[in-house]
Amino acid sequence: MEPSTPADIAGRLGATGYLCDDALATVTFLALRMQRPLLLEGEPGTGKTALAEAVAESLDRPLVRLQCYEGIDATQALYDWDFPRQILHLRALEAAGRDSSVEEAEKSLYDARFLLARPVLRALQESPAVLLVDEVDRADDEFEAFLLEVLSTYQVSIPELGTVRAATPPIVVLTSNRTRELHDALKRRCLYHWIDHPGLDREVEIVRSRAPEVSAALARQVVGVVQDLRARDDLQKPPGVAETLDWARALTYLGTAELDLAAASATLGALVKYREDADRVRHALDRMLRA
Amino acid sequence: MTTRPADRGGDEILLAFTRALRAAGVPVTHDRAHGFLAATSVLGLDDQRATYLAGRATLCAGPDDLERYDRVFTAFFGPDGLPRSRPAQPGGVPGFSGLPDDDGSGVGDDAEEEVVRARASATEVLRHRDVATLSAAEKQRLAAMFATLRPRPPVRRTARHQRWHRGQVDAPRTLRASLRRMGEPAEIAWRRRGVRPRRVVLLIDVSGSMSGYADALLRLAHRFTQVGRGQGGVVETFTVGTRLTHLTRVMRIRDPERALVAAGETVPDWSGGTRLGETLRFFLDRWGQRGMARGAVVVVFSDGWERGDPTLLGEQMARLRRVAHRVVWVNPHRGKVGYEPVQQGVLAALPHCDDFVAGHSLATFAELSEVISRA
Repeated sequence: MEPSTPADIAGRLGATGYLCDDALATVTFLALRMQRPLLLEGEPGTGKTALAEAVAESLDRPLVRLQCYEGIDATQALYDWDFPRQILHLRALEAAGRDSSVEEAEKSLYDARFLLARPVLRALQESPAVLLVDEVDRADDEFEAFLLEVLSTYQVSIPELGTVRAATPPIVVLTSNRTRELHDALKRRCLYHWIDHPGLDREVEIVRSRAPEVSAALARQVVGVVQDLRARDDLQKPPGVAETLDWARALTYLGTAELDLAAASATLGALVKYREDADRVRHALDRMLRA
Repeated sequence: MTTRPADRGGDEILLAFTRALRAAGVPVTHDRAHGFLAATSVLGLDDQRATYLAGRATLCAGPDDLERYDRVFTAFFGPDGLPRSRPAQPGGVPGFSGLPDDDGSGVGDDAEEEVVRARASATEVLRHRDVATLSAAEKQRLAAMFATLRPRPPVRRTARHQRWHRGQVDAPRTLRASLRRMGEPAEIAWRRRGVRPRRVVLLIDVSGSMSGYADALLRLAHRFTQVGRGQGGVVETFTVGTRLTHLTRVMRIRDPERALVAAGETVPDWSGGTRLGETLRFFLDRWGQRGMARGAVVVVFSDGWERGDPTLLGEQMARLRRVAHRVVWVNPHRGKVGYEPVQQGVLAALPHCDDFVAGHSLATFAELSEVISRA
């Protein structure tokens, strides 16, 4: 069941439609074997989040996703008590007229059924799972410290209930867009990998495997244009693989067999997301397609 | 492991490699080295490519480290097993160059004796002197006076709430209180939105025309960073010139003198030209737009002498303003008599600034910190 070599991992990920190079396959393999979290950094749209999804699918484990944002705290990541239901429960006890002691009533309040499991706790309960901590750089420093605690022990203690421990530690994938440096302590705990934009042939393969409806000729043409655009340095947001896929699909849905200027302009919104970029790309396309 | 003598143990060679990495500037700690050994034992020692990848995953902490790692690996184990592509490098490898050594007219110790006698008023005079015209002794005294600056970080509202005696109803706390009374209604708890320090981003022009101010501006940045840290705020510092250099880490060194020396060693383009538009674009692409400048107070210290295309500068300033909470332009010549904003760079940038303030003396720096904390 467990993959035995990096090539095995690459094969399994490939079967789900996620194509990775040997570096990423090796790091993923190490993360599985060493039970260490995997920290992925790279340009937006290079498949950081998709890797976690592919790992979950290939190992047939549930994926639990924790999207980080500014101000996220433990109650949104770990667990919370369902106050309204607790109140209702108390009222129900009262209405039933059972004369239970205060202590008993209180004890029945902190029952597992009033516990709202948030992603991290869920990942521990649904073991073995894949926990994706997405865009961890968006969260605050305090949250990082909290993550560190959970990731080092893979257990959570709830004062009223006791300790929840994962039978098998979850596979943890953290992604970061590098809007700020993560703390060294957190980085040290993780295996690090920088995901680059793929090369031409690899990206064509990715398009063919993720979007089989796109014809081979169109895929090659689209990827060629995108790679040229990435090589330019005047775009505010160079298109990632996700944009390539969107664009190829958009062109296919419009019935384009071969890339031409009219179709490209009409679907440019799938590729670049800034008005300034769109203008530049339109000029460049004119030249590229004529060549 | 072909280039090493065979009688050495595999672990020993790998540990020697981590030491070489440490010497090259990659911060390899013991637990990282340990992780590296564990990873190689999982993958097997016979495959050089696997060893390379294991080290990359366990010993590196960012794209800056990757480049150094590749270099050391090639030097240590030979050129095979290198990757086909490398991540884009921000700003290139920092070179080594000292701080600009412009002392103005050389004034000896005698002159300082003169100054000491009339310190009370001299301090006040020094506060208003243009820092570019100071002598070495005066600079030294001014450096000590930077400690009197007490910049307060600007604040923003947070998603989290704080207890307060009025404001919105704090439902969870009210319910918790009532739970303690077996569900009977209790006192209503209130809360308000908390505040947190807002991020401040300092972009300091270190080109030739600003060289007289570089020292003072870095001291100011250091002061901002240190005071900001004390109050839980984040101050990010970059130098701009022909390239962009991230100085935040250096500015966190507590001792100002050591921090400045470290900055001198990190920044490769002291007193070079200015390509403000291009470096600003690089800053926005690499850092700013992704989040560093978002909602931040961005302060640009520059005289606006732009060697590149001023329209590009205008474009990038417009972009910066759309992202940042407030954009402050600090010009050392602003406070001088007869100054007109006629430089092409300033003309292009001015429409996109929220504040345009002077920055040539300690007094104006104090005013600037007031502007920032009110932002």
